[in-house]
Amino acid sequence: MASAPLQYKVRSALTELTLARIRELTREPEAVFWVFVFPILLAAILSLAFRSRPPDPLPVGVVNGPQAAARMAALSGDSGLRPRLLASEEAAQALAQGHVVLTVDSEGTPHYTYDPTQPDSRTAFLLVDAALQRASGRTDAFIAKRIEITKPGARYVDFLVPGLLGMNLMGTGMWGIGFSLVVARNGNLLKRLIAAPARRSHVLGAQLISRLLFLVPEAGTLLVFAHFALGVPLRGSLLLLVAVSLLGALAFSGLGLLTAARPRTIEGVSGLMNLVMVPMWIFSGIFFSTERFPATMQPFIQALPLTALNNALRGVMLDGAGLSSMLPQLALLAFWGIVSFLIALKIFRWQ
Amino acid sequence: MHALACRALIKRYGDVVALNGLSLDVHRGECFGMLGPNGAGKTTTVEIFEGLREPDSGEVEVLGERWKGDGIALRVRLGIQLQETKFQDKLTVAEVMALFRSFYPRGLDVAEALTQVSLDEKAGAQVRTLSGGQKQRLSLACALVGDPEVLFLDEPTTGLDPQSRRQTWDVVQAYKARGRTVLLTTHYMEEAAQLCDRVAVVDHGQVIALGTPRELIASLGAEHVVEFSVSGDGALGDDDVRALPSVEHVARENGVWRVTVREVHRAVPALLLALAERRLEPTHLTTHHATLEDVFMSLTGRRLRDG
Repeated sequence: MASAPLQYKVRSALTELTLARIRELTREPEAVFWVFVFPILLAAILSLAFRSRPPDPLPVGVVNGPQAAARMAALSGDSGLRPRLLASEEAAQALAQGHVVLTVDSEGTPHYTYDPTQPDSRTAFLLVDAALQRASGRTDAFIAKRIEITKPGARYVDFLVPGLLGMNLMGTGMWGIGFSLVVARNGNLLKRLIAAPARRSHVLGAQLISRLLFLVPEAGTLLVFAHFALGVPLRGSLLLLVAVSLLGALAFSGLGLLTAARPRTIEGVSGLMNLVMVPMWIFSGIFFSTERFPATMQPFIQALPLTALNNALRGVMLDGAGLSSMLPQLALLAFWGIVSFLIALKIFRWQ
Repeated sequence: MHALACRALIKRYGDVVALNGLSLDVHRGECFGMLGPNGAGKTTTVEIFEGLREPDSGEVEVLGERWKGDGIALRVRLGIQLQETKFQDKLTVAEVMALFRSFYPRGLDVAEALTQVSLDEKAGAQVRTLSGGQKQRLSLACALVGDPEVLFLDEPTTGLDPQSRRQTWDVVQAYKARGRTVLLTTHYMEEAAQLCDRVAVVDHGQVIALGTPRELIASLGAEHVVEFSVSGDGALGDDDVRALPSVEHVARENGVWRVTVREVHRAVPALLLALAERRLEPTHLTTHHATLEDVFMSLTGRRLRDG
């Protein structure tokens, strides 16, 4: 440290409070991991698990007999099948253990043995039968044209990324605000700030501002990674995507503030956080569509803020939806944010 | 003119009466101490002065004003240290200071405040690396950085080692030397004796004695305390001890006698003689100068630090 008299810059109270929050977060390696690295890691792993690939050929068995060689040759011609020759005594066992999904004998008119309740078995039956019919001289009446859809925008990962973004906005909004407020309350820091005298609006405002500032790199890294590394499309306007993310972050900041308005301990706030977030993890369509739940539950599901956020994000990114079609979701988000913020202010425990 | 005044404060927490009609005046430029055991109502009183709590009834004036609204105009003239504050672990000392400085329209430079509490060298260190004494001095610096007219210190040295305690006292004395007002609570009698111009002894939410430390000790009517305990079959009554020369006050607790005397050299030989006559052995015998602790004991029959 220099021996010359040091000058320390003092900024406005709101700036200092916001800076304090940003410094706290960026100096916490765990926080950086959960906010920035974790969503990318999750997207990368899930896209690996659900990557697009050609369907595996179906394993089928040809029971050894006089025409075994001819039938093997006929079935080998179909790329959707992987035939193998079986001794007659192993055929039943291979079928039972799932090594093959269908067996066919090798004498005269084919006998098929398969389980019609298994989709793979049924498919194998259609393919094997067609191959053997063709080998016996059947000619197809026509050859259909086929369009195979594996293009970006309709894959699982495209569905997943907006959900992960929504989940991340919820998690960091609630934890980022809730945790630090409860720690500050527990250590008497909130009381000391108010006594000092910081304005209450500045203390809470700094939380919101730092949250919105963090949103930029946080949502940005996930989206850039998803777009350039995974090819997830952005069909709507970027500006609208930013606006939706911003509104989502504000809504969950309000909920975080509300959740942290009273508890004195980390244990207390953790329980409440889970109570609020777990239903949304399950119902709000992060990993699978909300339509899988029965119609009677839909009014509840659609009223959840994360459902609204996820729908709006998917709308912008995947469907190229415009502002007007997303007004209900955006209004719902704003409602959650404003109402929870106002209640939080009313019941907030400063000491 | 009074810097602080309160009249007939009453505060209840459920069934517990924290303040039972407490009244105080603190003059400008004095260091005023509230001495009492835990739960006596010291912190409640201070926090009512600080505008952090409201009394159930009673009047409070701070620098001639009353608390209303957020009270920020009044607060910027005060320096408030709470009993314990956990500052943000990952911020540096200078960053915490700048944060607190930003709340006041005028005040000390951050560097100046750090010099006052001898934390200059720790300016760039994160809070989590500080010792308990250094954290306490940082807390003191945050209370001083607005250059307040009144400084509130709630048990500023509880849990500190003797050296850190002395450093804290030096800072408070330097502040007081500039003619400023201090209200502090403590349950250390030496702290009250060292720092305070006047002391209020507080118990069960009331002031039970008030004066300079010297006056309070003088109120015992004697300057020395003889403590002893005895073993043996003979009986010794309070009146037997009270009849000894130069004895002012007699108290007995858990088999330990505490006798306040004017002159040790007259009281002790007579005491030993009286014990021998009754076939009693003194198993423990000490004498010391009377302190504020003895004042508290003679008023309440209890020790200050009993918890």
